[in-house]
Amino acid sequence: MARLRTRKHKVVLSRSAGGDAGITVVLTVLGIFMVLPMAYVLMQAFKPLDELWMYPPRFYVMNPTTSNFKDLFTLMNTSWVPFSRYIFNTVFTSVMGTFGHLFIASMCAYALAKIKFPGHKWIFKTIQTSLMFHSTVTAVTSFILMSAFHMIDTYLAIIIPAWGYTLGLYLMKQFMDTNVSDAVLESARLDGASELRTYWTIAMPMVKPAWLTLIIYSFQSLWNAGSSIYIYSEQLKSFNYAIGQITAGGIKRAGASAAATVLMMMVPILVFVISQSNIIETMGSSGMKD
Amino acid sequence: MSNHTAKKKAVSRKDLTYRQWIWKEMKKNWVAYLMILPYVLIFTIFTVAPVALSIVISFTDFNMLQMPNVVWLDNYINLFFADDIFLIALKNTFVFAVIVGPVSYLMSFLVAWFINELSPRIRAIVTLVFYAPSISGQVYLIWGTLFSADSYGWVNATLLELGFITTPIAWFMDADYVMPLCIVVALWTSLGTSFLSFIAGLQGIDRSLYEAGAVDGVKNRWQELWYITLPSMRPQLMFGAIMAITGSFGFGGVVTALCGFPSVDYAAHTIMHHLEDFGGQRYEIGYSSAIAVVLFAIMIAANTIVKKVLSKVGN
Repeated sequence: MARLRTRKHKVVLSRSAGGDAGITVVLTVLGIFMVLPMAYVLMQAFKPLDELWMYPPRFYVMNPTTSNFKDLFTLMNTSWVPFSRYIFNTVFTSVMGTFGHLFIASMCAYALAKIKFPGHKWIFKTIQTSLMFHSTVTAVTSFILMSAFHMIDTYLAIIIPAWGYTLGLYLMKQFMDTNVSDAVLESARLDGASELRTYWTIAMPMVKPAWLTLIIYSFQSLWNAGSSIYIYSEQLKSFNYAIGQITAGGIKRAGASAAATVLMMMVPILVFVISQSNIIETMGSSGMKD
Repeated sequence: MSNHTAKKKAVSRKDLTYRQWIWKEMKKNWVAYLMILPYVLIFTIFTVAPVALSIVISFTDFNMLQMPNVVWLDNYINLFFADDIFLIALKNTFVFAVIVGPVSYLMSFLVAWFINELSPRIRAIVTLVFYAPSISGQVYLIWGTLFSADSYGWVNATLLELGFITTPIAWFMDADYVMPLCIVVALWTSLGTSFLSFIAGLQGIDRSLYEAGAVDGVKNRWQELWYITLPSMRPQLMFGAIMAITGSFGFGGVVTALCGFPSVDYAAHTIMHHLEDFGGQRYEIGYSSAIAVVLFAIMIAANTIVKKVLSKVGN
């Protein structure tokens, strides 16, 4: 073990100082590329109107103000459909979609991962294959199907498809594969517990990081959903869509628009900050074995 | 593992035909079918059925108003031989996918690999910095502000001031700049699920493998990467590849938001846009379904190729 060097009390293997320096430089350059636009979003939100339309434009804000946020709330209050309605729509569909998905997908994931019934392999293969299809590709035919079920222009058009979110099921199944021990389940079955009971009282408590990941992924996609082709009543549209409408109002609303962008992006970012370690833990078993 | 189950099967299948045995297993596990039923039902209706329906409709001239006629391969023939814009879209999609897919994949992996040995707190912060653009909804619109067409745009103003240009460039409305800019924006938002998967995969590698490798004569971090790290996280690499491919074909919304629809001279027109044009606006459902089927075929082909390539990693 002669080659080992110790750095920060951890065993680190075969590292050269030149490599470390190179990596630091690359990381810094990429990091600046990622951060600059985000920083500019924040700067814009706190610029007073005269700075937003100043020539030459400045990257940094000189006299930070919260007036853009006040403008945004004033605009919200004057909208035709009360703004609370849009917020309700987004919260309602996000909560119903997310919890339905969590329940249905985890139950299916448990059966696929832990019960060896005929067909479990190809059912999972099919679901796994669909990971590669982007949902816009099927938007038109989904529309035809949904109108056949009379779901167009109802909350159901947003909620029910969210229950079938593929990535959530995939991550849950993979996590159960590696983190729920068959021996524990077997002893529960020998004690006479039914499969449903085993799933709910034994397997589910063992996969809490995966729940959280499913909740966050599903919530993020529902929160970021803008206008949907399945919804045309103004009263059923999402918060994100309404914000977009406000901010599409041209030069005078540039400030409010910048403030709205910050508000909309803070929610998913905060949620991720809180749950990062759980999500990473879930991703640990995300690998695809073929 | 597979040996073990095979043995089990052999015992329980004694005196039974294969069909009888399957039926017995199915009856024994009826609860499992009950448990997967809700999800599988929804999955079938909202994922499998739309794909199947697309394939069927693609052989007709369905337009939502009249009874559809079966036109067999006419839609496909028109696509490839009579629709110039589709060929532009096809080309753009390939350029986009071939650049964005691999670059974002490599970037996700390299960043994850670079930060792997940092302390957990710093790693968490760097992860957030790189991951944030992909979850922040429409925050990519800021690129439209930075690269706005007039001299109030920060990029134009800076270039004017430095004397590189004399008149402002209409970035997102200039056929020469649209594609490269959209590619940059797509890369900016592309460190998503696969990035997190790589971070977790790297964290999960057993450290004793590296120590054993050092003893066996692994000399530098590149050898370590090739002989130990990559082979140990092949499952994550596979998953990340699928996510990267899906992402690189599904960026249409970003282009529409930044360049308008259609983009100038169709310079950033992709198959996804063509699909929306005929499906969502002209209601030529038969034709748009043919476009969707072509896109499915391309995605499946891309995945097959990537799987082949990844199976060679570390050998």
